[in-house]
Amino acid sequence: MSAHAHPVSHHAAAPQGFIRRYIFSTDHKVIGVQYWLLALAAVSVGMVLSWLFRVHLAWPHAILPGFGGVVKPEQYLELVTMHGTLMIFFVLTVAPQSGFGNYFLPIQIGADDMAFPTLNMMSFWVTFVAFFVLISAFFVPGGAPINGWTSYPPLSAVGAISGPGQGTGETLWVISIAMFCLASLLTALNFIATTIEMRTQGMSLMRMPLTVWAWFVTAIVGLLAFGVLLAACILLLLDRTAGTSFFIPAGLVFNDTQPALNHSGGSPLLWEHLFWFFGHPEVYIAILPSMGVVSTVLSTFSRKPVFGYKAMAYALCAIAFLGFTVWGHHMFVSGMSPYSAIAFSFLTLSIGVPSAIKTFNWLGTLWGGKIQFTSAMLFAIGFVSLFVTGGLSGLFLAQPSVDLPLHDTYFVIAHFHLVMGVAAVFGIFAGTYYWFPKMFGRCMNEKLGKIHFWFTFIGAYMIFMPMHWMGIMGALRRYAQPGGLAFLQHMSPIEHFITIAALITGAAQLLFYWNFFWSLRHGQKAGDNPWHATTLEWAVSSPPPHGNFEQVPHVYRGPYEYSVPGYSEDYIPQHLAPEQVAKAGA
Amino acid sequence: MHSRKTERGSGVAGLVLALTLVIFVAVTVYIFAANVFPMAPSITRVGDWIDSQYNLTLWITGVIFVMAQLGLAWMVFRYRDRGQKARFVHGNNLLEVIWTSATFVLFIAMGAMAVHAWSRVHFVPASSDALQIDVMAEQFTWNFRYAGPDGRFAPTAPENYSDANGNPFGINSNSKDTDDIVSPILEVPVGRQIELNMESKDVIHSFYVRELRIKQDIVPGMDIPIHFTPLKIGTYDIMCAQLCGLGHYQMHSTLHVVSEADFQKWLKQQEAENQQ
Amino acid sequence: MAHTPPLVEEPPIAQVELGDIGTGPGGPGQGRDGERGPGPGGRSRPVPQRSYVTGLTMGLAAILMFFMALVSAFIVRKGLSDDWRAFPLPPILWLNTAILFVSSITIQVARRRLGREDVAAFRRWWTVTTGLGLLFVAGQLIAWRQLAHEGVYLASNPSSSFFYLLTAAHGVHLLGGIIALIVIGWRSWQNTRVTRSTATEMAAIYWHFMDGLWIFLFLLLMMGQ
Repeated sequence: MSAHAHPVSHHAAAPQGFIRRYIFSTDHKVIGVQYWLLALAAVSVGMVLSWLFRVHLAWPHAILPGFGGVVKPEQYLELVTMHGTLMIFFVLTVAPQSGFGNYFLPIQIGADDMAFPTLNMMSFWVTFVAFFVLISAFFVPGGAPINGWTSYPPLSAVGAISGPGQGTGETLWVISIAMFCLASLLTALNFIATTIEMRTQGMSLMRMPLTVWAWFVTAIVGLLAFGVLLAACILLLLDRTAGTSFFIPAGLVFNDTQPALNHSGGSPLLWEHLFWFFGHPEVYIAILPSMGVVSTVLSTFSRKPVFGYKAMAYALCAIAFLGFTVWGHHMFVSGMSPYSAIAFSFLTLSIGVPSAIKTFNWLGTLWGGKIQFTSAMLFAIGFVSLFVTGGLSGLFLAQPSVDLPLHDTYFVIAHFHLVMGVAAVFGIFAGTYYWFPKMFGRCMNEKLGKIHFWFTFIGAYMIFMPMHWMGIMGALRRYAQPGGLAFLQHMSPIEHFITIAALITGAAQLLFYWNFFWSLRHGQKAGDNPWHATTLEWAVSSPPPHGNFEQVPHVYRGPYEYSVPGYSEDYIPQHLAPEQVAKAGA
Repeated sequence: MHSRKTERGSGVAGLVLALTLVIFVAVTVYIFAANVFPMAPSITRVGDWIDSQYNLTLWITGVIFVMAQLGLAWMVFRYRDRGQKARFVHGNNLLEVIWTSATFVLFIAMGAMAVHAWSRVHFVPASSDALQIDVMAEQFTWNFRYAGPDGRFAPTAPENYSDANGNPFGINSNSKDTDDIVSPILEVPVGRQIELNMESKDVIHSFYVRELRIKQDIVPGMDIPIHFTPLKIGTYDIMCAQLCGLGHYQMHSTLHVVSEADFQKWLKQQEAENQQ
Repeated sequence: MAHTPPLVEEPPIAQVELGDIGTGPGGPGQGRDGERGPGPGGRSRPVPQRSYVTGLTMGLAAILMFFMALVSAFIVRKGLSDDWRAFPLPPILWLNTAILFVSSITIQVARRRLGREDVAAFRRWWTVTTGLGLLFVAGQLIAWRQLAHEGVYLASNPSSSFFYLLTAAHGVHLLGGIIALIVIGWRSWQNTRVTRSTATEMAAIYWHFMDGLWIFLFLLLMMGQ
């Protein structure tokens, strides 16, 4: 650490007792791990749900355990709805942002904790309760909702008359998501205040690691987006329970039940606009943090600075900003004005530009490097490949005319899974393999990590590439069965292929679980900086002490100074004063 | 601590990764190029325009896909750690400007070219002599209504909806115009412009026929028109493309495109059945 | 090729248990046992006071987006269908608005007094503000009672749905502000992470925001009639 005269920070007493240290802790590191574990629980449930519906799609007559027979259409839709909800909210919004962001944002900017630690703790517990509220939908009469994670009214607004699970199950869903919105807003507020106000001396904006940029920008997106979803959820809840008609038009008759429902004048499209105004920024919330991790990991294991750091930071900002303008591309065929479709289309295509910039810069980071294929690096490289593939299919969907045959087909499922369900998850994996030594003081097993990578990378492509072709041929989303359509029945060999790939890839994830939990206890002890990395978290012990830094750190340079000519080491940490850095030949 | 060798990963990983990407690109390109999984053939002119825009997009994204994935493969192969020093480079502003502008121009140009097909579907109204057909979507069936010999559609009201009595459109039985033809399948003459006026009585559905390249959500509370001109006789699936409940996967009907003569015959048949 | 120096010998780490994440070398009990540093509340370093204002501003941005979503729903819903029926707004709303407006003035006076270190006067004006805030909420509830008396309920009509919804949403947020006022007015300011002047500044900003928001919503509701 720097020998300069800095006010020595006094170590205020760390909390005592198991409850204050590990359960109701306000320490951002504990909270970060809590979020990460919550995401792990959510992804485990979500993954099992996907195995169940994948088996059903491949073998529609299979009797699955616990289903009391062949999977019924409403059960299929429950699986699909809850899978999407868990994955998007409780995995992709939690792990990369609330999980890693909480743990490493303060450390990477040289702070001792978040700006508002108690608020931080409350956010976690609200999210935790929201998770259980959501899961409880499976266990109420009628079961979980069947309207997809997008919950379009009137299907989602009129209650049990529209289908099984649409009663209490859907109400619990709405309440869970509303709670999640609130918690996310509080977290976003915390991240932003911390990044703006608590950077240590010398940590200018342009010296922040791209992970911090990503968490910061993502928090701004979340701050502005989640309030809109919260409002929409409240309106939906009122329609469901209080007889209002925000989303429900007049004259609705279900199954010949007269008289028509006692609602009128509402607009289902209003929900779609509100939902997607949130929904599109949400997918950028899901991926931006992973982009930050990937930039950092690629740089660390190429032993090169990030290529085009400024462009990368600006690209993050551009994606975030443009992300708020494109929500209509989910609604090209919705019945909204076809003229607005053109505007949304051009804005959507424009978002491809900063995404392309980032891809070029990732390639530029690898170029001329000294690439070390650690597990973290493999997943980061895999991210680039998956992001390219998934992003390119978005170009089809961004054009309204080309979207016409592809909307609501398996092509869309392929697109969003490749970018979110795989690429963003690869960012989480990369982050885990990279930061595990710092968080737990031990290393994960690299051999297992590499096997995990190969199975997951190849497996993911085998699962989702065929879905493009299914969609091109016209296979529709959310179809519990082929339903007597010959062209769909002819796709059953593809369904078999995908399901088998999914089950094998799913099984391979057990390697990750094993590696993670085993290494917590038995992994090789890690030093402070096993990867010889430059950012501030590697300057402190593994795990970091209470308050993160023994002394207030001072930052002297950018975050990715690798292979600087004329020095004896191939990395210069941010916190070392120039006179402390050993020159070559010294 | 890891040994230096393990930490580096061996160069083999770089080679295998590069090979994997190459194989992936080859397989993907082959499947698309050989059209192993084709779209259903288009039967309208607008559909053909959509297809040509789709193909243009496929070419452009295909080239980018190949270049990016092979570029990645090259990087991980060429720059795997074999003891070299890494290049200390922070970026290249000129390159940033070039590839940003090139991408922008390319994407926007592609988008501009897509407008034509969309405008033919949505900005050009149906001609005044298009054949008008009403569509009623509900959980989980389709029904279609033709004006009948008097050329007028009978008034309807929600309180008259009754599938049980064969009145899915809720035709007002007191009116004089009840010669409307209601059919569970959509029968149309080839070569004539058809205008569908679509409604839903319960939740959002979506009218989808692959060969028409048409997909249109039907929102309760809204009357949504769409038009097309089928150019090929045949039988095509009508599917619901917006999750509408537990029977969503079963909500099908059929589009019969027949000759003008056959269509008139069919109409007469329906009228006769009506009178019984 | 760069030679990697041997790793610095680390101090013996106590067996790292599962979950030993927030502590490590330099954890509890090491060095300055029980001594509290300049950062009260268990922190190593004090949080800059302006962080609180930044945090509040972000919170207000989020609240604003929430209300803008409701407002845009209002505008869309009103314009969409012909079932929007105006109803007379209870006149007490004018009184409530005036009360809230005056409370913004009194909170400013309270801040000035505090700035002049006249804590007693600050407390008086702060209490007045709190009282006015509570009066406002009571007045809103009376308005609700009056409407219910006329048979205008939440589900009666979209215009009334939005009335109840917007006033309730605003009221809930204002109640949060009132709780803050009470806490700030009454707590002991010894050894707190946030200073009294920062807290009053934040509460005042929030209060003015709620006042302005109410005036905007009130105008919107009137426009809806």
